[in-house]
Amino acid sequence: MLRYVFRRLLTAIPTLFVIVTVAFFLIRVAPGGPFNQERGLSPEIRANLEAQFGLNDPLWLQYLHYLGNLLRGSFGPSYNLPDFTVTELFAKGLPISVQIGTSALVLALLLGSILGTIAALNQNKIADYSVIALATAGSTIPTFVIAPVIQLVFGLSWKLLPIGGWGDGALINKVGPVLTLALPQIAIVARLMRGSMIESLRSHHIRTARALGLSDWSVVVKHALRGAVLPIVSFTGPAAAALLTGSVIVETIFSVPGVGRYFVDAALNRDYTLVMGTVVVIALFTIVFNLIVDLLYAVVDPRVRYD
Amino acid sequence: MTDLAVAVPEPIVGRSLWGNAWARLKRNRAAMFSLYYLAFIAVISVFGPMVVPHEYTTIYGDYVRTPPSLSAYPKPDMIQTALTDAIKRMRVDIKEWHQDGSRVIVTVTSKKPVDDRNIRYLDRSDAFDDTKIESKSPDGLEVTMSSAIKQQYFYFGTDNTGRDLLSRTLMAGRISLAIGLLAGVVAGVIGVIYGATAGFAGGRVDEVMMRIVDVLYSLPFIFFVIMLVVFFGRNFVLMFLAVGAVLWLDMARIVRGQALSIRRQEYVQAAEAMGVGYRGILVRHVIPNLLGPVVIYMTLLVPQVIILESFLSFLGLGVQEPMTSWGVLISVGAKNIGYANWLLLFPAFFLVSTLFALNFVGDGLRDALDPKDR
Repeated sequence: MLRYVFRRLLTAIPTLFVIVTVAFFLIRVAPGGPFNQERGLSPEIRANLEAQFGLNDPLWLQYLHYLGNLLRGSFGPSYNLPDFTVTELFAKGLPISVQIGTSALVLALLLGSILGTIAALNQNKIADYSVIALATAGSTIPTFVIAPVIQLVFGLSWKLLPIGGWGDGALINKVGPVLTLALPQIAIVARLMRGSMIESLRSHHIRTARALGLSDWSVVVKHALRGAVLPIVSFTGPAAAALLTGSVIVETIFSVPGVGRYFVDAALNRDYTLVMGTVVVIALFTIVFNLIVDLLYAVVDPRVRYD
Repeated sequence: MTDLAVAVPEPIVGRSLWGNAWARLKRNRAAMFSLYYLAFIAVISVFGPMVVPHEYTTIYGDYVRTPPSLSAYPKPDMIQTALTDAIKRMRVDIKEWHQDGSRVIVTVTSKKPVDDRNIRYLDRSDAFDDTKIESKSPDGLEVTMSSAIKQQYFYFGTDNTGRDLLSRTLMAGRISLAIGLLAGVVAGVIGVIYGATAGFAGGRVDEVMMRIVDVLYSLPFIFFVIMLVVFFGRNFVLMFLAVGAVLWLDMARIVRGQALSIRRQEYVQAAEAMGVGYRGILVRHVIPNLLGPVVIYMTLLVPQVIILESFLSFLGLGVQEPMTSWGVLISVGAKNIGYANWLLLFPAFFLVSTLFALNFVGDGLRDALDPKDR
């Protein structure tokens, strides 16, 4: 098991390397630079700034430099927010995004599984159709529509939630963002769960369990659920990586100071180090969560072994 | 020989894959309704802006953020405001005004003789039209003029700068649908060609081509899209060709998988054994069998592109003002929910209902074209 984890982490290194390389050269080939936005910098100051950040060196040298810094765990200074290093920016924003993302993920997994199971147990009945309708709605309506509608209904009409803002992490401020993030995921989980639960309920060991006279509850929770949860587990990997690294839309609409916005802003301002930092962080999250998911497989399904 | 009335048996006409699929699709009421709905949206988006009396760029300064209404503007209580505004610009004072049918009659006084050309201030207002001078006092200090009330309808209300939301929503539909189709087709074509090539070439070529797809997959999607925006600037046709060029990855995987499995089917081997050429196999067996999944996935691609376009426009990276799209309108609406919620609700309804319809059509096609899944 430990050896498997070690091997997986080892194979992640070339993947990460390719991603860093492609991203580095892509952002560099893009026209413009961090200091030639229309801000009225005099050419001398710009030249000085570029010299200070080593932007005049040949590109391969800068690349090697960046790789070297990365190996030492440094993402470098942000070009557009010069008082902060990229690491500091992440230290500030990432906990917020992770908090919201984790809550949304947990909510989606719990609610989605429950809804999907209810639908599967009542196949082709009203409960089933309502879950399908909800799942269709959840996966069709885009986030940037859900978020303002939540603001409109819960914030403005019913005055239950603040319209936006972070409020230093007050619980009430998190409800809107978490709900918006969770809704589409609930839809996906419910749909997956319904499908796999129907399949799982048809399998032989469930028939045996029923024949043994076990109660419905125990058949579903103890036996069917275990087989049905596998697709959910594999969904969780990429979903967790995406949710925990912040959502541009949700963070913009609810004005949450997370890291979701960094990517877009940084790419538009050619804040090279911040862009690269975001790429690396997202890639790391993806790699780690995919690994965790694969390990979870072995826990859920004893037929899977990593030796 | 007696003349036997030989009943000529009806020749049995086999139904083709597509005939079958169409029959099955017709039975699917949700899909058919969605199909009609999409046709309806397409028609009103293409022809609507020509029929609506307002241009989508015309700014009505007197009608900023007017709520949607089925009755004509100006409302009775708005006439006075519009009138006093216009008169104020003439730098004269209102002595008296009253409404007479569809015209207002206003008498103004001033300390200096009133210039006749002043009536243009009334015409310039969005509420009045066809202003005439009715009578003038001998010293020219008092003038009575009459003006027709210009009746205008804003069924969807107007936006922040006083542009008609109905014509803007329809125009936005034109852009969103066009972009969805354009980028969807680009993604489809690239994906099919790439996937089919990899699937047919097989072996090493396939391996390398699919490894490239894997690498592209592992880069954050948003990063890609934003890089494209950065490269192509604000030229949205080019940009959406590029966006289409990003979305081909799934299509390539699906087509490759299909191509690989079709190549191993018995009927292909039989055809090979009977000496059918490569071309013949491709045209007779492979392409028709590929078409089903491709069509299904295309119906999923179009809404994906529409969402992506709206997402980019929402961030201010997509379609630029005064041109508009559903994403642009929704983003404006989201910023104004506090005082003008119709700015959000109408475009959001159009976008979401279109996405739903596309979804149902896609599901219907999947059921119709995938005989295994029945």
